[in-house]
This record gives sequence, C-alpha cells and structure tokens, in this order.
Amino acid sequence: MTVIPVEKKVLGENQRIAESLRECFQEHGIFCLNIISSPGSGKTTLLERTLQGFGPQEKVAVLTGDLQTENDARRLARFGFPVQQIITGGVCHLDGRMIERALERWSLDDIDLLIIENVGNLVCPSSYDLGEDAKIVLLSVTEGEDKPLKYPSIFAKSELLLLTKTDLSPYVSFKIEDAKANANLVHPGIEILELSCTTGEGLDNWFRWLSRRRENMLQRLCATHS
Amino acid sequence: MHEIGIASEVIRAGQVEASRRIGARIVRIGIRIGVLSGVDRDALDFAFTALTQGTELSEVDFEIQSCPRRDRCLACKHEFESALYSEPCPKCGSVETILAGGDELDLSYVEVEEP
Repeated sequence: MTVIPVEKKVLGENQRIAESLRECFQEHGIFCLNIISSPGSGKTTLLERTLQGFGPQEKVAVLTGDLQTENDARRLARFGFPVQQIITGGVCHLDGRMIERALERWSLDDIDLLIIENVGNLVCPSSYDLGEDAKIVLLSVTEGEDKPLKYPSIFAKSELLLLTKTDLSPYVSFKIEDAKANANLVHPGIEILELSCTTGEGLDNWFRWLSRRRENMLQRLCATHS
Repeated sequence: MHEIGIASEVIRAGQVEASRRIGARIVRIGIRIGVLSGVDRDALDFAFTALTQGTELSEVDFEIQSCPRRDRCLACKHEFESALYSEPCPKCGSVETILAGGDELDLSYVEVEEP
C-alpha cells in the first residue's frame, strides 16, 4: 500500500475561480457583496430598497440566484440597473463558475458595486467563495433567534448580520437581544444592523455601512497602487 | 445538500492522483472536514456510498476526519480549540477572538495498492 499525501482543498477549483474573480474585481475597482439567508428573509426586498436608494449615475449591478424562475430579476430590473438572473436548475448555491459566466455578458468598467443575491439557503452557499469582498447574512424576526447556533458556518463567515422585518417585532416572539448574543457566540464582534424594508427604519444605517465599506476598499486599492 | 457535488469532487481528485501511478487501485481516500465547513458528515458518507455503489470504486474506504473550531485571541494571540461556538481565551480570559480554523474541506491523502 502507498499513501499519497495530497493536502488540497476539495473545492480548490472553485477557490481558484473565486481568486481570479477577486483579482478582476480589484482591477476594475468593483466592490462585491454576497448576500445569503434562508428563503424568505427578505434578500430581494432589501435589494429593491437598496436600488431604489441609488441615483441613476451609480454603477450598480445585481446577480440574483434561484433554483427556478426569473421573478427576482424582474422585480429588480424595474430600477433601471443591470440585473441578471442565474437559474441554478436545482443546485442549492451559486459557485464561482456561475458568476464568471454571468459576468461575461457585462462590461466590468460599467460596474462599481456588484451585489450577488445567493440562493435562499443557509448551508451550502457558505462553502463557495464567489470572490466577494464581504458576505452578508440576513435573519428576519419571523425566524428563530437560534439560527446562528443552528447554522454556525455562515454566521461565522459573514461580516455583517442584518436583522430584517423589525416592524413585525411586536407581533412575534423573536428576541432581538438573544439573536444578537447567539450571533456573537458564533462570530465574536460581528457587525449587526436592524432594519425594516417596509417602514424604512434602519435603512440609513445600511446605506452608511455600504458607503463606508466601499470607501475602505477604494482607499486600500489606492494605497496598493501608489 | 451539496454533499453529492463535494463527494464527486473528492472522487475525481482521488482518481487524478491515483492515475499518476500505473496500475494503482484506490483503497482509501482521506478527507478533513471542519465543524464550520457547512458539510454534514453523514450526508457526505451517504454521498460516497451512492456514487461508488456498483462501480470499481465500491470497495474504497472514505476516511472522514472532523476538525474542531479554532479561535485566536486578539489580546494575547494565543490560538486554541473551541467547541462549535467561540469561547473566551483560556490563557488571558479575553472574549475578543477571531476565527482561526474549523472551515476545512480538504482532501488529505489517497491510499493506493500498486501492482
């Protein structure tokens, strides 16, 4: 018997593509977000409110992943920014190759902010790097506050937790403080924002986070280029 | 349920390694999965069985090694194993820690029988 030591990542091919996407985003000064949550936590609604908040001069583009239907892309296309639906045909996550193929249809010089809405799933998307600058996870108050404990992988890897649908708080038993404590157990110091896309409460903090992170990225890029 | 995709990736990579040796037959493949990898051990096991049943790989043994979560203390830089969730630094007691490991999803070795 011979043991051949291999020591490589099982998803090494995805990682290679993700790194090349990341390099490409940096070259074009694109800030890229990978938005992940359970189905129904409000990813598409958040994107609607986000696109609504941008002026027509902003160079924003959205890739939205689903197992089936173009519904989300239709919802998001109303705001006049480039949107593409990625239909995975049953696959439970987006991978680097899907992003690469979708981007072939766009000129990257026309994009400053690329938002990827992943397939609604808290498990599998956490294993696939898409070349993003940050993963963002959504948790709505109509879910369980123990979700960070049940799905630690995605909460551990996300830079920001958005607690959504806070306008429904009075009607549900969800304890926001418990959810925050659970997220901190899995990811000490994770940034957390509360918002409601229905009332608009908290959206200003989300926009501030977005512009601060984009600013940080641009400063880093300038620093490495000078 | 992306374990089928992961299992086929492991099998493909194992076959590539074995094919570099003439006549080698795969006996065992070693994989490491971290508690935060998002991969379920039982589902992965099931995927290996499902994919190899009735093929020349049906006798291959898949050794799945679980890796714990690791955290690094931001105050004293000590690195330590935790359970699934973060714990205070056992050395200095600080709760300011950052994730340092536990998301492994690695092919560690391929064991072959050579003629």
